[in-house]
Amino acid sequence: MNNEQLHIDTSAAEQKIWSILSTVVDPEVPVLTVLDLGIVREVQINGGEVEVIITPTYTGCPAMDMIAMNIRLAVAEQGYKTVKVTSVLSPAWTTDWITEAGKEKLKQYGIAPPNPKQQVCNDKLFAANEAVQCPHCNSHHTHRISEFGSTACKALYQCDDCKEPFDYFKCH
Amino acid sequence: MTNSLINYTLHLADTTLILSQRNSEWCGHGPILEQDIAITNISLDLLGQARNFYQYAAALKNDGSTEDSLAYLRTEREFKNLLLVEQQNGDWGQTILRQYFFSQYQLLLFQQLQQHSDEQLAAIATKAIKETTYHVRWSSEWVIRLGDGTDESHNRMLHAIDELWRYCGELFEAADYETAMGIDLTSIKQTWTEKVTAVFDEAKLPVPQNVFMQSGGKKGVHTEQLGYILTELQYLQRTYPGAKW
Repeated sequence: MNNEQLHIDTSAAEQKIWSILSTVVDPEVPVLTVLDLGIVREVQINGGEVEVIITPTYTGCPAMDMIAMNIRLAVAEQGYKTVKVTSVLSPAWTTDWITEAGKEKLKQYGIAPPNPKQQVCNDKLFAANEAVQCPHCNSHHTHRISEFGSTACKALYQCDDCKEPFDYFKCH
Repeated sequence: MTNSLINYTLHLADTTLILSQRNSEWCGHGPILEQDIAITNISLDLLGQARNFYQYAAALKNDGSTEDSLAYLRTEREFKNLLLVEQQNGDWGQTILRQYFFSQYQLLLFQQLQQHSDEQLAAIATKAIKETTYHVRWSSEWVIRLGDGTDESHNRMLHAIDELWRYCGELFEAADYETAMGIDLTSIKQTWTEKVTAVFDEAKLPVPQNVFMQSGGKKGVHTEQLGYILTELQYLQRTYPGAKW
């Protein structure tokens, strides 16, 4: 599923909601919109009620409640009286749903974007660190400092060439 | 069937909530900053899982219960968490070993739940399984690092095994609601034992044999540890009922 496909055949009214959603950002990674993240599944308009169906990124992500509130506010500000945000779990979100534009924005922001999931999500012990490119100097000579970083979605890396530490949006 | 589903969902919710609460005691006390952040990240993942399970249980009960009332207002005997997860943190080695035993179990359980006919349980398991995979990798690497580390770390891991192994039998003893839900713990036990044995071999740690196993948590019969946890966890809502941030 990607956002381009979802836009096809939606009515003009729904298009309007999608364009409002393109202004709602992730409070923890404010360069990414909810569309860049790929968490909006569906927009439905039933009579006067707007329903936005989203999916959580990580199970314990504390930003999800705020994202749902920001979506309600943004849509309400445009004159829609009843706005409902529904969260569905299945199918489970994966970092593969982050758009290419979103990945580029992450890099510009100084966060290494996720590698494709199939390369790295496994339970092999002491596996060689995945090659993560430094978002500052583009070197691939980097190493992992910790699998767990400043938020649930990130791991901490350091570049061996420019020496800068950086966050890696880990594969999910 | 609905009763079994509610009880089973509460068992999953309670287990993840209590382990989350235990791990969160490390916040600000981890051996080094990165590992302090790691264990609290794991706490957060478990809390998120607990919320999903509690929300589902509340919807199934349909009696005005909420995720908050289920977490904050049930008594010790109503909690169905595994005994393993309520045990004290002890030292870092003991915390790590508890996490490893649990995460290895949870990964196998969630792999099975992904196929379960109850769609919401399957969805929660599918959502959480990638996080759990990270937990297994992190905790098993630590078991090996400490077990095959210095004499001091090795001895502490032996002590941790002594403290925790007796609570692992319960993981595979099916409660009535697990049997009713068709959960196959026998196959999980076999794979869990193989995985743990492989990690222990690499960690140069012995796999205990013929240990008397404690059980009861799944039925609400707990060790004294749970009372202390609930006292802390539920204090605010017990003292100031209905208080909100």
